[in-house]
Amino acid sequence: MNINATLLGQALWFALFIWLTMKYVWPPLQKAMQDRQKEIADGLAAGEKGRQELAEAAEKVNQELQKTKEQAMEIISQAEKRSGELIEEAKNHAKVEGERIVSAAKAEIEQEVNRAKEQLRVQVASLALAGAEQILQKEIDANAHADMLKRLESELG
Amino acid sequence: MATAGSQTSGEYISHHLQNLHVGEGFWSLHLDTLIVSGLLGLIAFGGMMLLARKASSGIPTGAQNCVEMIVSVVNDQVKDTFHAKSDLVTPLAITIFVWVFLMNAMDLIPVDFLPLAASSAGVEYLKVVPTTDPNLTFGMSIAVFFIMIAMNLKFKGVRGLLKEALTVPFGKYLFPVNLLFRIIEDLAKPISLALRLFGNMYAGEMVFILLAVWMGASYWWVPAGAVLSLGWALFHILIITLQAFVFMMLTVVYMSMAAENH
Repeated sequence: MNINATLLGQALWFALFIWLTMKYVWPPLQKAMQDRQKEIADGLAAGEKGRQELAEAAEKVNQELQKTKEQAMEIISQAEKRSGELIEEAKNHAKVEGERIVSAAKAEIEQEVNRAKEQLRVQVASLALAGAEQILQKEIDANAHADMLKRLESELG
Repeated sequence: MATAGSQTSGEYISHHLQNLHVGEGFWSLHLDTLIVSGLLGLIAFGGMMLLARKASSGIPTGAQNCVEMIVSVVNDQVKDTFHAKSDLVTPLAITIFVWVFLMNAMDLIPVDFLPLAASSAGVEYLKVVPTTDPNLTFGMSIAVFFIMIAMNLKFKGVRGLLKEALTVPFGKYLFPVNLLFRIIEDLAKPISLALRLFGNMYAGEMVFILLAVWMGASYWWVPAGAVLSLGWALFHILIITLQAFVFMMLTVVYMSMAAENH
């Protein structure tokens, strides 16, 4: 072994290289690596958050759909109910209208009958009068027998 | 392969183990170690510096990806082992791992390529693997040792460090023994760090050199030697990585021992 001043020279080289590494190599590299680590962590966290939000949104969409479906069902059932009611109402209305028409017709018929009866009564009275005139073969004073004829008329009614 | 001409095997081997140096005695410098390790470090850390400046938190591509991977593996190890807060330990660990790995990796370049290129350029000696030079491994481990002491002082203070050195592990009445143990323990750390790396790399380099000598002895040995060299190189990929990792890991462990109370 041949120890000499080379040792000192090597120690100087060594010191220089340690200094270089300490000052210019390690800190920027360390910073870059830490930054990257942080960026990756942030990215992963953001991805995770996005996935969660997506799941939440899907859940919300499902809920909305469910709600909408329920609403639609409700509307349909209400409409069905309403249509039933309308039909029922229309039926009732028709029945009432029919009855009204029938009763009006009946009333009219009665009136006609009454009018016919009235006419008949008048005609019968005059017929009877004419008959009596012919039977008696003589003129009867219409004025003198008006009372009697009136009574007869009302008896016929 | 290069035993042609006047060189004997012994000369070939010792030639390969000779550093390119200037000066005499202690005040001499191994230029090859200094230049190769410095160039590797400048390329690696300069490149990482440029890359780190442009580093973004976006999707990393190519080189940034690669560097981030290495750096975060080292950082994870540091986080597992070193629990106190320090801006120094992770960069220290990154520096050690990357630099030692690259210097060890010079071992995978076939033993004669760079020395031959150098000698044709007029440079007589060249030892390409800086970690086979104990000056380098001790330079690093002694620096680690001083950082360790500074870390001790920072986290425990002078009083805390003295108290720990004097009373652990046998209590205050045996303080001379405690202190002696502590000194031995702490001195053993840089020595073991340096010698482990040096020994592993030196031995690995030596196997490559011996295989090259063997192949140089006769052309008959070249196929077998080539296969063995390839095998050793493949195995060596594991060793160079492991040794870089071990040096880094032990440094982190020493730092955490310095920062925490036992």
